[in-house]
Amino acid sequence: MSVASHYSYWITVLLMTAGLYIVIARGNLVKKLIGLAIFQTSVYLLYIAPGKLIGGTAPIVAEAFKLYSNPLPHVLILTAIVVGVATLALGLAITVRVRETYGSIEEDEILAADRDDPDGA
Amino acid sequence: MRREPVLRVVGKLLIPYMLLFALYVQFHGDFGPGGGFQAGVIAAAAVIFYALIFGLPAARRLVPETVVEAMVALGVLIYLGVGFAGLALGGNYLDYFVLDRDPVAGQHRGIFWVEVGVLVTVAGVMLKIFYVFAGRARPAGE
Amino acid sequence: MILEHLPALQVTVPLAAAPLIVLVRQSTVAWGVATAVSWFAFAAALLLATQVAGGGPVSYALGSWPPPWGIEYRVDALSAFVLVLVSGVAAVVAPFAWRSVAAELPRDRVYLFYALYCLCLAGLLGMTITGDAFNLFVFMEISSLASYVLIALGRHRRALLAAYQYLILGTIGATFYVIGVGLLYLMTGTLNLADMAARLPALAGTRPVLAALAFITVGVSLKLALFPLHLWLPNAYAYAPSAVTAFLAATATKVSVYILLRFYFGVFGARLVVGELPMPEILLALSILAIVTASLVALWQADLKRLLAYSSVAQIGYITLGVGMASRDGLTAAVVHLFNHGITKGALFLLVGGIALRAGRAGFERLQGLGQVMPLTSLGIVLAGLSLIGVPGTAGFISKWYLVLGAIEAERWWLAALVVATSLIAVAYVWRFVEAAYLAPPGAATPQPGEAPRAMLVPAWLLVAACIWFGLDTSFTVRGARSAALLLLGGAP
Repeated sequence: MSVASHYSYWITVLLMTAGLYIVIARGNLVKKLIGLAIFQTSVYLLYIAPGKLIGGTAPIVAEAFKLYSNPLPHVLILTAIVVGVATLALGLAITVRVRETYGSIEEDEILAADRDDPDGA
Repeated sequence: MRREPVLRVVGKLLIPYMLLFALYVQFHGDFGPGGGFQAGVIAAAAVIFYALIFGLPAARRLVPETVVEAMVALGVLIYLGVGFAGLALGGNYLDYFVLDRDPVAGQHRGIFWVEVGVLVTVAGVMLKIFYVFAGRARPAGE
Repeated sequence: MILEHLPALQVTVPLAAAPLIVLVRQSTVAWGVATAVSWFAFAAALLLATQVAGGGPVSYALGSWPPPWGIEYRVDALSAFVLVLVSGVAAVVAPFAWRSVAAELPRDRVYLFYALYCLCLAGLLGMTITGDAFNLFVFMEISSLASYVLIALGRHRRALLAAYQYLILGTIGATFYVIGVGLLYLMTGTLNLADMAARLPALAGTRPVLAALAFITVGVSLKLALFPLHLWLPNAYAYAPSAVTAFLAATATKVSVYILLRFYFGVFGARLVVGELPMPEILLALSILAIVTASLVALWQADLKRLLAYSSVAQIGYITLGVGMASRDGLTAAVVHLFNHGITKGALFLLVGGIALRAGRAGFERLQGLGQVMPLTSLGIVLAGLSLIGVPGTAGFISKWYLVLGAIEAERWWLAALVVATSLIAVAYVWRFVEAAYLAPPGAATPQPGEAPRAMLVPAWLLVAACIWFGLDTSFTVRGARSAALLLLGGAP
């Protein structure tokens, strides 16, 4: 069990930190959502990679096979992907409305507009 | 886009196969990768493909807004209906064992109808998202 | 037949109402369905609470798959208590919403509001009742997504950015929770909370379990608006429609506290969380910071809704202070304050909703002389404000009493003094309202004389009356909280 054989976990950590960094460091509303999506993708990998057992076959009961991979993480992640898609769609819908209301999707421009005109409808 | 002959012909050739593939993915979810979510997205992609080539008004004539919104609600109600059917037939909520005389066939039947509900809702939601985003007027100056 | 399937119906009836409302589309029917469903949920929660009080925890296997293979709905003393709070607040806010939403939302969106309201309610009830860790995440996201949209429906354009900020932070929180659950699943092999609790003591010191605890803590703290992860709350509460603010302020953060309690004491176990790790100290420190800073910031707000939002952050600090004490009195205080703060803030935001209807906004310049112009509303705000401070005779006093008892029992006199001292800051910000409403003549921006419509005033005053009632007759709240605390400390969920 060398460090290199845990490559799926290394990729998970990389995606997780990259996603969180994008959410924090970028002021563009769409870029933040992309960062969020990358962060959520790392979680999918975290669940699915350990589900594949070494030497395990597809989880359909058959006479010739004794060791099956775990199907449960796939079901969980299917749900999580759908939740992620819904969140992304919702975030983009809000971004479209923000663009129509403020004329910009850069966070600092929006905050400046709110400071200058706090009662704008 | 409507006048481009290549796009029109390719579109008319591909869209039926896309819809057929969506149904294939739907029904083969027991035996291979597939199921309601994937099938719903593929079915919606077929309609969105049609909208991209022939224009949004044509797509709106094909699948009206009210139908799409009804699809979103109906799919959820089908899923909940399967749950309540389990209640009505004497088991717990979402009990598939009681849906048929043979419990294993009951499982099969329950999963089938639940996936149909998921297909309808996911296709409806994807189409609704497309209609809402594509149907917005462009801001002045673009 | 209904009685034995009550745990499932508690969640699925509100869930089924949402697509029905979308199909029907008509606003009055939508409101009618939402109100009927909220009242049904409240009746179901009360029935379940009496069942649990009489006969012990109720377990319901979804799909007739026995736990731990299937998803189990489990109602015990703690979850029954929270169910009653959530459904009770929903039952009061739904009738209020009729006039409030009609005034604040465009007519063609009203039916969507009620569909989302039912979804949010179903999600919150599902979070409370489920005994499966991943099912909890699903319901968490159902209620969170619905609340992001509900907040974005606010009139002011800043509601959009508030909803966006809540979306980003809330999704990060939920994803952290999922990471924690994933690590727990990898270590224990099960998703059922009771089964996890049985398998974890053997694995308690291992790094994945500690990492899971850390991830779940941070994730749930984002949802619960624990300092310093509370940044989404003031904007979200200030700019959302009035009915939404009242509903979310009274329920969403409270259910997140429930999740924290369930995982700390019900899954990981007090021996690990309290005995070996410094969680109580961390919670204590963060809670004190929350109470002091949020109360002080509330003093300087120019808008009553924002002031109450910061006050909410401070009051959540009191709840987590009780959790951090981790003693019988401390946990009783936390659970009791969960309930009392829910009804107090619910009452306050419903009354402010009435002001918003009459005055357009709740900025302090519009509240001058409100005592003469809207006497019943002002009196309600003062009474609920007394409960916020913790004056004897109101519900807030009971929570503060148990907090002080817990502090004295742990021989932390400074903590008891702190609880009393911070209540004085609450006096200061409630006094700001009293000063504006009663000691100043009506100004140019004050609304015309006339109360909010009765449909809005009656639900609000019902909650105000509840604040006073539960301050005088504590049998339900304290008994429920005490059994919940004993259940948590006893170990088995």
